[in-house]
Amino acid sequence: MSPGDKKRLATGLLFISPWIAGFLLFLLYPMASSFYYSLCRYPVLRPPQFIGFGNYARIIHDEYFWKALGNTAFMFIELPLMVVLGLALALLLNQAVRGMAFFRTIFYLPAIVPVVASAMLWLWIYNPEYGLANVLLTKLNLPGLRWLVDPRTSKPSFIIMDLWAVGGGMIIYLAALQGVPEHLFEAAELDGAGAWQKLVHVILPSISPVMLFMIIMGMIGLFQYFTQAWIMTTPRGGPEYSTLFYALYLFQNGFEYFRMGYACAMAWVLFVVILGATVLVLKTSQRWVYYEESR
Amino acid sequence: MKSKTVKRRVTLVVVYGLLLGFGLLFFLPFLWLVTTSLKADDAVFEFPPYWIPSRREHITVEGKLRGVYTLEARGERLKVVRLGDTPRGARVRVLEPPARAGENLLVNAEKLTPVRHACFRWENYPRALKTFPFLLYTRNTLYIAILCVIGTLLSASIVAYGFSRLQWPGRDVIFILVLATMMLPDQALVLPRFIMFRHLGWIGSFKPLIVPAFFSTAFDVFLLRQFFLTLPGELSDAARIDGCSEFGILWRIIVPLSKPALATVALLTFIWAWLDFMGPLVYLNDENTYTLALGLAAFLGRHGADWSGLMAAGTVVIAPIIVIFFFAQRTFIRGIALTGMKG
Repeated sequence: MSPGDKKRLATGLLFISPWIAGFLLFLLYPMASSFYYSLCRYPVLRPPQFIGFGNYARIIHDEYFWKALGNTAFMFIELPLMVVLGLALALLLNQAVRGMAFFRTIFYLPAIVPVVASAMLWLWIYNPEYGLANVLLTKLNLPGLRWLVDPRTSKPSFIIMDLWAVGGGMIIYLAALQGVPEHLFEAAELDGAGAWQKLVHVILPSISPVMLFMIIMGMIGLFQYFTQAWIMTTPRGGPEYSTLFYALYLFQNGFEYFRMGYACAMAWVLFVVILGATVLVLKTSQRWVYYEESR
Repeated sequence: MKSKTVKRRVTLVVVYGLLLGFGLLFFLPFLWLVTTSLKADDAVFEFPPYWIPSRREHITVEGKLRGVYTLEARGERLKVVRLGDTPRGARVRVLEPPARAGENLLVNAEKLTPVRHACFRWENYPRALKTFPFLLYTRNTLYIAILCVIGTLLSASIVAYGFSRLQWPGRDVIFILVLATMMLPDQALVLPRFIMFRHLGWIGSFKPLIVPAFFSTAFDVFLLRQFFLTLPGELSDAARIDGCSEFGILWRIIVPLSKPALATVALLTFIWAWLDFMGPLVYLNDENTYTLALGLAAFLGRHGADWSGLMAAGTVVIAPIIVIFFFAQRTFIRGIALTGMKG
């Protein structure tokens, strides 16, 4: 390493030292522990017993593991929907039109209603007999659906519910839109660009780093989808296990069946999957993400 | 130029139409939260559900309290009281109009609609706020939330700067490690994390909830890193040529240009800390240190849930966030975007 490299390495490490310290203090031990547990039989109430890769071998033959993985993968339909909807909302709400502050608040509300309350809300909305959803459908002369109780519509029900909370991502897009350089708009206008072209050639490239963030965070979040499914489905796992998501099954193994070792093994399998997917997205991102900062 | 004004008007109409339409859809569940908070306890789960908080009318007939309904019969609207149900239908007695009062009829139960009177139970709110030490919990929650915001803003901006505005060997590999820390599900970390904090003697204090924020979280580092990368590199280069230190660049150039991003981080951190339930549940054991989220859980007690109280308390807990968001929007939205470059 050249002396210049060494100096830059030192500066770099200095700046990220808070994170490194935090990692060593608060993350390393729990992560290493959970990996050790994954190599054990750990009924929680008794100490862990080392069994090597036994848990991992059992995972491969566990039909619920594969079912849970499939259910979680299905939810990825939500990713492009959330990205597009969040961005569309942000664009819509970025106008300097009167009352915008009010509308932005309304669209952001769902993201801050506590999960327990919103879960109860949506349980009511999705009630096949008197829920708001079917009431609206019948008003439009469409047949009512059985939503959460029907294995075919259970996962889409969750997707719709998540789309309602798109306001959370919307504010990140709003912040990103503030950073689009004004002079580029002027240049585009001079070149005769219409609204759509301005969107595609000026706005999207300028906010592409933030879009990458939303996509990766969305992915990481979807792989770990848990809370709503846990609150809203009884029996847990939903009709024909159609809503048995990976993190839910993991939780059940660890905290309901007291198979913490198996749960940790599931966690590390998920870790590898998410890591692989993220690295893939990052590598392909070099093609479409535009960074102003010369890298 | 008339067509341009027409075009703008049409765009406005479309925009407002979309906003109002979808806005209503988005607002409905929250409206349900608020209206339920004003209902009487036994009325919360009434079937069929209704929007405006109200009570059903009852009168005493033959010594018992019975429900009052309206009945649509052969073009006439009758007000009846329900005496009982038989396999062949519901027995009712007509109350109005006076011409037919006293008549006893056997009708199809489905034709009866309950008579309701609007009744807003504002008392639910004071009652809900007395169910747990509201002011104390608010103070605790505020303390935790504010410290988390300060810690996160300080640490995440410094760390994000290191990953975005500096070039150094191994930077991107270590960044993937940062991302990787978000990829292990919390459920697998909860137990060892608790054990670790217990070894440190931090269980029962606010420390597990506040201290990690000062070491930055991967989420905020990632977010700020992406934002910092949208600022031109030439800004840093020019400053370096002028002899500015890296920290000076961060403080005097990057931070002022990143207000929307920093405001977003501050808001998201505050909201997360304000509503966090799992953390306080696991790490706090002295009731005097409890937070609002735990206070809400008090409504789901052993004797069944106090739903209207829960909704009322929930509304009060969310209200500050809504207010903060509404008034903080100016920091998010600036009219004209500047990147510090001219031309």
